[in-house]
Amino acid sequence: MIPAAFDYVRAGSVEEALAALAEHGDDAKLMAGGHSLIPLMRYRLVTPGVVVDVGNLNGDLRGISVADGTVRVGALTRHSELEHSAELADACPMLAHVASMVGDPAVRHRGTLGGSLAHADPASDLPAAVLALGATLVARGPGGEREIAAADFFTGFLESVLADDEMLTEIRLPVSGGGWNYQKFNRRAQDWAIVGVAVAENAKGVSLVNMGSTPMRATAVEQAVAAGASAVDAAALAADNASPPSDLNGDAEYRGHLARVLTERALKAAGIA
Amino acid sequence: MPANAVRIRLSVNGRSHDLEVEPRTLLVHALRDEIGLTGTNIGCDSSSCGACTILVDGQSAKSCTMLAVQAEGCDITTIEGLADTTDGDGLHPMQQAFHECHGLQCGYCTPGMILASVSLLEEYPDLDEPGVRVGLEGNLCRCTGYHNIVKAVLSAAGKEA
Amino acid sequence: MTITDDTAGIGSRMLRKEDGALVTGEAKFVDDIHSPGELWMGMVRSTAAHARIVSIDVSAAQDMPGVEAVHTGAELAAMELWVAPLPCAWPVTDDMANPPHWPVAPETVHHVGEIVAVVLADSRYAAADAVEHVIVEYESLAAVASIDQAVADTEHAHTDLGTNKAYTWAIDEDPEGTQAAFDAAAHSVVCRFEQQRLIPAAMEPRGVLALPSPMGGDVTLYSASQVPHILKVMAAATTGIPEQKIRVVAPAVGGGFGAKLNINPDEILAISLANRLGRPVRWTESRTEAAGSTHQGRGQTQHIELASDSDGRLTAIRVKLDADMGAYMMLITPGVPLLGSFLYHGVYETPKFSFTCEGWFTNRTPTDAYRGAGRPEASYAIERAMDMLSYEVGISPEEIRRRNYINGGEPFEMWENPAGIFFDSGHYLPTLDRALDMADVAGLRAEQQRRRDAGEVKQLGIGMCTYVEICGLAPSRALGGLKYAAGGWEHATVRLLPTGKVEVVSGSTPHGQGHETSWSQIIATKMGISPHDVTVLHSDTAISPLGLDTYGSRSLAVGGVAISMAAEKVIEKARLIAAHQFEAAPEDVEFEAGSFSVAGTPSKSVHIQELGFVAFAAHDLPDGLEPNLQEQVSFDPPNFAFPFGTHVAVVEIDEDTGGVDLIGYFAVDDCGNQVNPLIVEGQVHGGVVQGAAQALYEVAVYDDQANIANPSLMDYLVPSAAEMPSITTDFTCTPSTTNPLGVKGVGEAGTIGSAAAVINAVVDALRPHGITDIDMPATPMRVRRAIEAARGGAS
Repeated sequence: MIPAAFDYVRAGSVEEALAALAEHGDDAKLMAGGHSLIPLMRYRLVTPGVVVDVGNLNGDLRGISVADGTVRVGALTRHSELEHSAELADACPMLAHVASMVGDPAVRHRGTLGGSLAHADPASDLPAAVLALGATLVARGPGGEREIAAADFFTGFLESVLADDEMLTEIRLPVSGGGWNYQKFNRRAQDWAIVGVAVAENAKGVSLVNMGSTPMRATAVEQAVAAGASAVDAAALAADNASPPSDLNGDAEYRGHLARVLTERALKAAGIA
Repeated sequence: MPANAVRIRLSVNGRSHDLEVEPRTLLVHALRDEIGLTGTNIGCDSSSCGACTILVDGQSAKSCTMLAVQAEGCDITTIEGLADTTDGDGLHPMQQAFHECHGLQCGYCTPGMILASVSLLEEYPDLDEPGVRVGLEGNLCRCTGYHNIVKAVLSAAGKEA
Repeated sequence: MTITDDTAGIGSRMLRKEDGALVTGEAKFVDDIHSPGELWMGMVRSTAAHARIVSIDVSAAQDMPGVEAVHTGAELAAMELWVAPLPCAWPVTDDMANPPHWPVAPETVHHVGEIVAVVLADSRYAAADAVEHVIVEYESLAAVASIDQAVADTEHAHTDLGTNKAYTWAIDEDPEGTQAAFDAAAHSVVCRFEQQRLIPAAMEPRGVLALPSPMGGDVTLYSASQVPHILKVMAAATTGIPEQKIRVVAPAVGGGFGAKLNINPDEILAISLANRLGRPVRWTESRTEAAGSTHQGRGQTQHIELASDSDGRLTAIRVKLDADMGAYMMLITPGVPLLGSFLYHGVYETPKFSFTCEGWFTNRTPTDAYRGAGRPEASYAIERAMDMLSYEVGISPEEIRRRNYINGGEPFEMWENPAGIFFDSGHYLPTLDRALDMADVAGLRAEQQRRRDAGEVKQLGIGMCTYVEICGLAPSRALGGLKYAAGGWEHATVRLLPTGKVEVVSGSTPHGQGHETSWSQIIATKMGISPHDVTVLHSDTAISPLGLDTYGSRSLAVGGVAISMAAEKVIEKARLIAAHQFEAAPEDVEFEAGSFSVAGTPSKSVHIQELGFVAFAAHDLPDGLEPNLQEQVSFDPPNFAFPFGTHVAVVEIDEDTGGVDLIGYFAVDDCGNQVNPLIVEGQVHGGVVQGAAQALYEVAVYDDQANIANPSLMDYLVPSAAEMPSITTDFTCTPSTTNPLGVKGVGEAGTIGSAAAVINAVVDALRPHGITDIDMPATPMRVRRAIEAARGGAS
């Protein structure tokens, strides 16, 4: 399977990328590692007229730093860099761990955090992780920079508040302590989660993978834990506001069941009794 | 060549290649059809099988999920160049291990499997058997049942299975 | 390459000679071979399962850059590119329905993926683009999307047939007797099993390249095929090109598993278009396309009933199959279920046996051989049913097997089965005892009980299967009796070259099995020379003109034996030359470890390799002896061969998620004498995983309009190393009586044993819930639902 033809712009700077996006509007697609975009283009499910390649913008856009209680991750930081970062293991171990669960090693070498978030796939691991971690996403557009709370970022299936002429540049996360856990249930190790559950900061943040059209917070679970509920009782609420998809791996009802089972496991592993 | 073709220079197995390709040209097609390095195989359309795995700057990558234009400026190693990355004039130790452990049958997944394994041990030097199995999650083989592939990787890592 | 053993003969774990080219990328698969001026075919495939083609608009595609031509099925038929439909070589009954299967549908399509038009373009990218711009208008007809719908027979996959039934085939000499046995049975079980459709998914997709020689009128077809010899004959019959003008080459082939033994539309198109246009024509399948362009496997509903006495001794077995042919009869589509027909009693004696198979058309991709072809299905049915009978009788699965093994589990030769065929040799009990011991089933059961008592979330299941298979296909007369169009012999030539090296020409066509190594080992032992002095030539009809190719675990038991026999003929001729040199009588000349010597005079000796030049120079040969040492044999086996074994699978089930982990696998196989145990083990490993994949992961899903829902490897779950366990193997050795090497076959054995063992383990784990069966694949959702249903519906 071969992508349909497109024109190619290799951006030498964020400004160049933004200019190209501004010029081509919704006919353009931004590409970082390409690991979400290229498979869709091969199936011709996506046929952009122009691909704007930002994969080589390293510098500030790639790397991890920790200061003043905040972890800053450049949007082009690759999954394998998250996975192996000693700083991240210290300051936000869940993100490093979740990154190690994405796809397979070859995918992790090329895929980027910003690319994964911008793709906004509810079945992906990292969007749910940043949601649970209470991240702030930094986007640049023609009007300059804006900060978007992860909770406000995802708006629909493969859709986010990111405008056609914006790009993600940085992901900011609070240095996170406390119990955390990530449960991913799939049939093959390389596959997307049938359901996943991320528990961050002693369950201050709990989020679900593949339980709706967007990655989503399990707010009922968070509230129950905050109110002192047991892991078992809190987990029973995991699927309450979800409208999970039905596909070959599981129907909506089974996904709801999995969400409850996995949430209980994640809460317990995170130290919630 | 279509009007939007672009000129690129790819560094493959230590050699530089000047190509004119459509931007949509998949790296695996550039390697196979333009440069003639046909050892890198294609087994699927969805980044699932890993038959096309190569090394990009020393790390495994699926060359069906990269555009040739993305590979400019990178050092690419394909199966044809792997042996040259080590001292000595025989096979790379991973190639040798696959041979000695009977880690291949039809051999179609083998170039990708070997390169994925080389990268895997580079990234995770201390893997045990379950670790090798999970580490090869992105490379499918239909012949061997993986038993001897895992054995080969452990053997190349200096750990007899 | 490190050469570790220079004298490796039969029985040695010689490292493979094939590996060097494969681990370095030097090997050439079809898509690696190019020819100047080649045209790429792009296939426009039907998006409807059953429809009349109203119109095809090729104008936009025709005008695209790089496009040479776009042809519809009707145009291609008018061009007379073929003289006959694609062949079915196995019309199992005289009245079998066989609607014509044209390479490109002329008027009506019968499955999604059927070709309706062909683009010819100057690159693979241009061909892919043009395919997107061909506009086809269909008038939908009712689609038959499942076996159940086919059997209901109210809508018809082929409207003009008026029925979906293709044939009825039975082995049923005494139906009343069988019924009487059921009436009198102390115990009986009635089972219905689904053999889900599988996508073979050899890692190398299929591909073709046809090279014409316009002046000479010849055409060479490179194809990723298991059957270049059969393909050559069939291509001649289908295209009308004289057979002697066609050469077929199977270069390096990346796995087959049955999926590359067909005569496919793309092969006929390539050869015929290249011949017509005088230009090379090629095509490479994409993985997603393969769901409609390459045949699929399995696809049966099995009804099996067992009757036994109060001790669980079988008194009757009755089997009814509904087999999904798919949309057309391809090369051996109708015969696949019949390959299993002789094995539905498995390794057990039964006084009464009834078997009926009905073949049904559906509007789905045609089915045909897939690793094991009919035999994994049979083994699954009887081995699952035996476990269910053991529950009925209240004895362990191993005990029900012990009580029913042929000849009480003791050794036997030439046992006549209820279908009237003779099992060459068998000795089943030691494989069971060894497998139980190797897996420590006693210890596993104790752990299983502990977990059950503790109410743990992860429960253990232990499953077993004793299988027998029929391979070494096949005695030509037997095939004739089954109405198979061809024979079952294999051909070999052994040539001692002037410099003492040996060339073996084999009619077998390897695609991963390591024939070059194994055949060299046979020569090494027979002729007393290094296997590295042997080259094996194969898979090219110009080099190896006679052959019947590789499928059905036949290569060693037929092709390998032919090589051994041809080597013996070379030795016998060489003995005459040696005797002439020694001035001795041939009967006084001994042959040992490659050297001829005169009995009692060891100082006089000559190595056989030295005689290569003598025979070539021909200066001093015995009177009347032809120059050169080259002999050939077409070996037609007198019988099939019947490998067997016992496998034990261990699963862990997460009862909360329904997830099944295959955590241990133990295989004790008996394939008679082994030429290369390293290769044998590899075949077992791969076969086991393919069967386990059917049990737990794989199914080709069709929706109610007969669209395939999971054509990609993202959704069709071929398992990886991460999902599969290490496999512990051991072997017993009961030589075949069918051939002088005492060999059987092992290419399919693992697959034939493993699906039943794995599902028996899954059901064993779930037994405390009262669950006695679960469909394949045992997906987490399916397992969890079974537990919920057993508990009364609550999640």
